[in-house]
Amino acid sequence: MTKPRVAFFSFSSCEGCQLVVLTIEEQLLELVNLIDIVSFREAMSEKSEDYDIAFVEGSITRTSEIESIKKIRDTAGIIIALGACATIGGVNCLKNQFEMEKVQDIVYGKMASNYDTIPARPIESVIKVDYWIQGCPIDKDEFIEVTKAILLGKKPRIPDYPVCVECQMRENVCLFEKGMVCMGPVTRAGCKAICPTYNDGCTGCRGLIDDPNLSSHKNLLNERGLTVDEAISQYMLFGGNSKEKYE
Amino acid sequence: MHDFHVGIEHITRVEGHGNIIIDVKEGKIRELRMDIVESPRFFEAMALGRSYKEVAHITSRICGICAVTHTTTSIKAIEAALGFEPSAQTIRLRKLLLNAEFIQSHILHVYFLTAPDFFRVGSVFGMVKDNKEVVLRGMRIKTIANELCALVGGRHIHPITLKIGCFSKNPESKDLAAFKKRIEDLWPDIEETVKFFKGLKTPEFERETEYISLTNPEEYALYDGNIKSSDNGEIEPSDYLDTVKEFMVTHSTSKHARSNRDSYMVGALARFNNNCDQLHPKAKEVAEELGLKPPCYNSYMNNVAQVVETVHCFEDSIRLIDDLISGDLKDEKIELIPKTGHGVGATEAPRGTLYHEHKIDDNGKITYANYIIPTGQNLSNIENDLRTLVPNILDQPKDDIILNIEMLVRAYDPCISCATHLMKVKFINE
Repeated sequence: MTKPRVAFFSFSSCEGCQLVVLTIEEQLLELVNLIDIVSFREAMSEKSEDYDIAFVEGSITRTSEIESIKKIRDTAGIIIALGACATIGGVNCLKNQFEMEKVQDIVYGKMASNYDTIPARPIESVIKVDYWIQGCPIDKDEFIEVTKAILLGKKPRIPDYPVCVECQMRENVCLFEKGMVCMGPVTRAGCKAICPTYNDGCTGCRGLIDDPNLSSHKNLLNERGLTVDEAISQYMLFGGNSKEKYE
Repeated sequence: MHDFHVGIEHITRVEGHGNIIIDVKEGKIRELRMDIVESPRFFEAMALGRSYKEVAHITSRICGICAVTHTTTSIKAIEAALGFEPSAQTIRLRKLLLNAEFIQSHILHVYFLTAPDFFRVGSVFGMVKDNKEVVLRGMRIKTIANELCALVGGRHIHPITLKIGCFSKNPESKDLAAFKKRIEDLWPDIEETVKFFKGLKTPEFERETEYISLTNPEEYALYDGNIKSSDNGEIEPSDYLDTVKEFMVTHSTSKHARSNRDSYMVGALARFNNNCDQLHPKAKEVAEELGLKPPCYNSYMNNVAQVVETVHCFEDSIRLIDDLISGDLKDEKIELIPKTGHGVGATEAPRGTLYHEHKIDDNGKITYANYIIPTGQNLSNIENDLRTLVPNILDQPKDDIILNIEMLVRAYDPCISCATHLMKVKFINE
């Protein structure tokens, strides 16, 4: 059996999710026995335009990136969006609150026009995506699970329950009970509730579950002293691509 | 070879996207530039209007490799704006976390991104067949550093516990003590690492430049200190714009910087040249063993300086753990009241001095942000190094020329995502 040819690509991002892939370390060496990694600019010099599976990190923030991602779609049989920037837009979308001319001016001043930028968007705004690995950054166990399932030709199991479920399983004291603010009730699980476990509120980096009870969650936030605008601002930290979803 | 044109598109084994264009006619350089083609991300705009409490969550996302340093620096800028000094315990925990990030970043670079060049393979995966033990050793060291980051920061990439004023959750003393033992047990791997790098031949090269880093009378400066230029001496971090003069070039989405001259160098070699007397004695021994002596003007030796710093950071971590576990770790809960303020944070990131500046209003909203990234500061210096290097290696075979160029760029450990965000090589015969 020929090994599937796998490529990694990055668009606008911190490349932290690919770094998570590099931190699976000894398992990465086992994985390399099962697949041919044919393109992974952050880690290797070899490069190929012929691949079956593409992992794509980052969001689309330039006109030229639209063409590049379409080319990847034309080549790859399977595309997996890797991390919040690719799946839901991530922090890159925070700039979308301004006109792009203003964004360019804030950073580059009078040379702004040299730096093309468009409102940031997740890759599925441009192409069809087959699978999503959520999070900022991704969770390495979930990366391994999803990759294994894809290699076995199975559909990966992605949780459709909120972070609260995992948080309770870890027997954490609910942060709302401590008077804190948390996006856990509406955010897709799979991170093992890592932020609440370290006594920090979930920031929603894995995106909303399929059927979130936003009105009840907003009431909770309101009880902790957040105005409606501040609540929406919380949803927008990683998911700023779709403000209308939160209103 | 008197004429050649080299276009290196998307330099590999560096973080982010960059190209190198070199055009030589009759032995003279007609054009030489490093194009930074990474998409600009506009963090200074993203932060505007967000709460002072969450800005470090945003700036951490500037870089997956040095997320701890970005988070720390943002927090320091906010604390400076609010006139707050954290406790000795919090500062020790931040330094421990920073040490762990330095080790993982330096080991990632020297073992996984740089070492393949010496074996003439395209990647660390290519080293597995004949040099598996080297790869596994690098992984063992990196794993310890990642786990130490996770113990203190909750996770390495985009740390959780680092907060304004304190840590949201402290590590347990017993876990810290166990880590000290793990670091001590790792020592044979560190010794093998030194032997391994002693066996690799660093290319010869020399070009003196201005070296800039933090400096601190108390210690080898990583977490805090004044800004020191090898040309101009020391200034306070809040006056950083007097030293770091950013400018834009059309071939790069990352800003360049100059200081006293038309370029300067930041990073491990700059820190070594400015502050090596303060390294841990074991790190000094390793520097001597590896032939690194101050002042060193060979930019390729930045890799060696990273190995030296790795040893320093391990030793310093043992010291910090001893200090931390000598008493009970106290749970701190600090809520700062927002007020109008303006602050600068300066920290050494693995690749050089990092600056974050924030202004906040009475409601704690960010009204101004400026972030100056190590790789951006190094870009002009990389180009100047290449201008010195290229004319001297034109008699070599094409492949060797390209390898030497790539190795020089890689020695700087550029992080182009950070600097907004380098390499494929193709000769065009004229």
